[in-house]
Amino acid sequence: MNVPNDLLFSKTHEWVKVEGNIAYLGLTDFAQDKLGQIVFLDLPELGQEVNANEQIAEVESVKAVAEFFSPVSGKVVKVNEELLDSPEQINENPYGSWFIAVELSNQSELDELLTPQKYEALLMDEEGH
Amino acid sequence: MKKTPLYEKHLELSGKIVDFGGWALPVEYSGIIQEHEAVRNAAGLFDVSHMGEVLIEGKDAESFIQKMVTNDILTMKDFQIYYSPMCYEDGGVVDDLMVYKYNNEKYLLVINASNTEKDIEWLKSNLAGDVEIKDLSDKYALLALQGPKAESILQKLTDTKLDEIGFFEFKEGVKLGEVSALISRTGYTGEDGFEIYIAPEDADTLWDMIMQAGSDEGLKPAGLGARDTLRFEVCLPLYGNELDKDITPLEAGLGYFVKLSKDDFIGKEALAKQKSEGIKRKLCCFEMIDRGIARSGYDVYSGDEKIGFVTTGTYSPTLKKNLGMAIIDVDFNEIGTEIIVDVRKRRLKAQVVKKPFYTKKYKKD
Repeated sequence: MNVPNDLLFSKTHEWVKVEGNIAYLGLTDFAQDKLGQIVFLDLPELGQEVNANEQIAEVESVKAVAEFFSPVSGKVVKVNEELLDSPEQINENPYGSWFIAVELSNQSELDELLTPQKYEALLMDEEGH
Repeated sequence: MKKTPLYEKHLELSGKIVDFGGWALPVEYSGIIQEHEAVRNAAGLFDVSHMGEVLIEGKDAESFIQKMVTNDILTMKDFQIYYSPMCYEDGGVVDDLMVYKYNNEKYLLVINASNTEKDIEWLKSNLAGDVEIKDLSDKYALLALQGPKAESILQKLTDTKLDEIGFFEFKEGVKLGEVSALISRTGYTGEDGFEIYIAPEDADTLWDMIMQAGSDEGLKPAGLGARDTLRFEVCLPLYGNELDKDITPLEAGLGYFVKLSKDDFIGKEALAKQKSEGIKRKLCCFEMIDRGIARSGYDVYSGDEKIGFVTTGTYSPTLKKNLGMAIIDVDFNEIGTEIIVDVRKRRLKAQVVKKPFYTKKYKKD
């Protein structure tokens, strides 16, 4: 399973790419593979305030529904509208398919996230079941 | 979890294994949508060995089955197959099944895997006359080869002329290479195709033979995910969704398979009463208007009034829309009626549409 080394991760399989004060959020390769072919996506609104660990989006495959939790708090400054029309991009390129960008209101939350090494260890555990 | 004889094959093909009513089966291999499209446009091969098979034999086999199921099996010819619900006295459904008739003293019932024990108990508790019931579920592996290319692929493997097996007919002892099979022209996808019953030890060999024969015709292994979306688009019922002990076949729109004119059968009185009093809720098809996917069990409303529930909802790979089936109050099942589906606390608009979503492409002559 692909785990890029320039990202941070949540235990609930969201990835975070930090660019200065902005965090781009998406779904990990592991999560998209678990879900299967994604056919529907619901995203928060531009300007919405989101909190860390709050459910902010839903991702649906043919068979299943997955909740997407924001790993960080802040204001939504970009929404990837293109994904709404072609959610299959998440399967094809999970780390290129950001859902939203958030202007961070609490940088220290990033310290709570998993490094690529720790996320890989988490995946080993989950796969082990 | 129980494993079919093809379990290792599914792993080899990177099938995504899930627990399907106690069976370890692949929900998908390459992806539900590609597999679904392969079946609609070329062909797909499914392992459905989990299905239950029950042999009913004896002088009174015919009258026994006639009493147990709602369809009229007296009109069946030898080597013909009928679909039928099997009901409780109150009209609720024990299971829906396929009746394979060898002759009027020998029938094979093909039943839903998760209902096998319950069905056999029900059959035994109603046993009458000279009839023997044998559970043959472990004696058969079952492959379903489905799609417009199914016949041309399977024909490569046998000298038996497959066009002699008509729609809902079967033939025993068909030689596919060294493998002996019972083949029926049946399926659960709305496409032409075959269900192939073989000894468990032949499953692996036959799977490979069929995949090989279909390699240049677009044949793909297909999982239970595609099986579900395929049957959904043609509105074939799934026990546990469109049918269960609290839903009658009349409510599920299966009146054609309930022959109220035949002599006594279990559930007749209740079903006749329901029909004469008017069926109050019925299965209908709907299309989402708002963005969202309805899922099985979600409540359906008209305004604030709860009018029913979703039996199956999904994204339709063929129509590329979010569609569903629901059992709702008949006052609201007119085509074009706007209904509301409660999708995880969001009230989303949908519209009643014509049934089915996709017209079956059976080969009937």
